[in-house]
Amino acid sequence: MDVRKVAKLAHLEITEEEVAIYTPQMQKIVAYVEQLNELDTEKVEPAIGGLTPEGQATEAVRKEDKPHQTLGQDSAISQAPDAHAGYFRVPKVLS
Amino acid sequence: MKNGWEAVIGMEIHAQLSTETKIFCACPTSFGETPNSNTCPVCLGLPGALPVLNWRAVELGARAALALGLKINEVSIFARKNYFYPDLPKGYQISQYDKPFSSDGILTIMTAERDDQGRPIEWKPMTIRIVRLHLEEDAGKNVHEGLPEVDKFSYIDLNRAGTPLAEIVTAPDFRSSWQAYDYVNHVRRALQWVGASDADMEKGNLRCEANVSVRKIGETGFRPKVELKNLNSVRFMQKAIEYEINRQIEAYERGEEVVQETRLWDEKNNCTRVMRSKEEAHDYRYFPEPDLPPLIVSKEWIEKIKAEMPELPDAMRDRFIKDYGLSFADANQLVSEKSLAEFYEQTAKLSGSPRTSANFILSELLRELNNAGITVAESKITAEKMAELIKLRDEDKINNIQAKEVLAEMFRTGKSAHEVVKEKGFEQISDVATIEKLVEEVIEKNAKQVEDYRKGNQKIFGFFVGQVMKASQGKANPKVVNEVLKAKL
Ligand SMILES: [Zn+2]
Repeated sequence: MDVRKVAKLAHLEITEEEVAIYTPQMQKIVAYVEQLNELDTEKVEPAIGGLTPEGQATEAVRKEDKPHQTLGQDSAISQAPDAHAGYFRVPKVLS
Repeated sequence: MKNGWEAVIGMEIHAQLSTETKIFCACPTSFGETPNSNTCPVCLGLPGALPVLNWRAVELGARAALALGLKINEVSIFARKNYFYPDLPKGYQISQYDKPFSSDGILTIMTAERDDQGRPIEWKPMTIRIVRLHLEEDAGKNVHEGLPEVDKFSYIDLNRAGTPLAEIVTAPDFRSSWQAYDYVNHVRRALQWVGASDADMEKGNLRCEANVSVRKIGETGFRPKVELKNLNSVRFMQKAIEYEINRQIEAYERGEEVVQETRLWDEKNNCTRVMRSKEEAHDYRYFPEPDLPPLIVSKEWIEKIKAEMPELPDAMRDRFIKDYGLSFADANQLVSEKSLAEFYEQTAKLSGSPRTSANFILSELLRELNNAGITVAESKITAEKMAELIKLRDEDKINNIQAKEVLAEMFRTGKSAHEVVKEKGFEQISDVATIEKLVEEVIEKNAKQVEDYRKGNQKIFGFFVGQVMKASQGKANPKVVNEVLKAKL
């Protein structure tokens, strides 16, 4: 379990002490889930999409391609920590 | 290509599907709106908002897949592709991963060797494998132009976030930049043809990336590949690939290695350069999207979409060659765009002259269209009007030069061929009775010349023709004038 890698992918800064704390905790979580591997699933079709019974799945779609009311610019940016001229403003990203 | 080397190129195309609304919410996809105005809790990624799939996006995706020879999968699932970028508000993109909407495509395209100027020498068919076409959402946009302190800040507009995309991925089957070029043009036309996408690269609703590597001929494995981005037109894409192939071959020949990286096409300096970005491992940690059920379509539904598909351009081209006796080059040009192909076929049928129609449309009409920068669908000329003009020319009522002038006027004003011909006084008089009257008048007025002619001075026949033409103000059909004169003299 590479806690440092997981933290990096999640953009989290963690200290060495935290690595020492989290590593056994996460190993425990993974081990818990790994119990599922003990079951023989050779003849079981993979379940996709959780609880939706297959065949009913496509009922949960929008058949109409018609626009609804949007939030609009003011509401959209109203909760933003930083905004300017109707845009969300964030630290510079290189491209 | 340099001796002993070959290029290995795979293409990835993102095409915006032509829906009214976004793929997982009901915000409009309209372009050019005030920043962040086309947004809602779903496409802003606000907590608790849930996506609902837009069925129109599925239908258009299916049309695109069928047009490109892909197999539609009855069951596909959406997956989260996790990465951080400011234009991706949720921190993940809803895409498809191990069960894509369609896969296993085999597509035949026409491709040509080119001369130094990029002109095709000879067209040949080429078969390529399309690995998949899947559905996904687009991200928002980073904007910098006209905004303050762009060295410190990025500005985010999420109007585009959630726009439906079809991602189309090929196997590394291309061996030259021109093959890739012909492929992208083929895809662009196919998507427009079936109404799946506007596929306009300049507007950004078709974007492509090329994965380029080179290897020694005979090698079976692959060397490190470079991902090319920022290819804003098909021509830039071709140039970028060409540049990249040569750059890599030269590096290997100097004994250097090629690094796997992303490079951008630099339009100003005609070269590719490494994309500056924070070093970050691409580890997307895909997992099934728990907020969306599997996408399941029935065999019957797939058959229904198939039945609704229009005749595809290559089939139409072959039919034009077979039914109308057109050359490959002419037929191929006529199917370059759907409205043009349909316009041609209607004109050919209405006029009964498929060859003249093809010649006139490809030379005269296309020139007018290119000058005006519009498609035939946007022009004032209808197939009915065009057929009328073709008929007038075919029946010799107007000559070629006049026909060109009439077309230009029709193009400008939208008037019918007959109207323009009348206004310009081009209408030829072919009516024998009218011409006989004119001939008789000329004979009467020129008794002396008639006598000369009858005594054997054949040379002055031209004089009579001239007189009759003058009397008709140039409108008499010279062929008929000749015949009538010969009979009367
Ligand atoms: Zn929305």
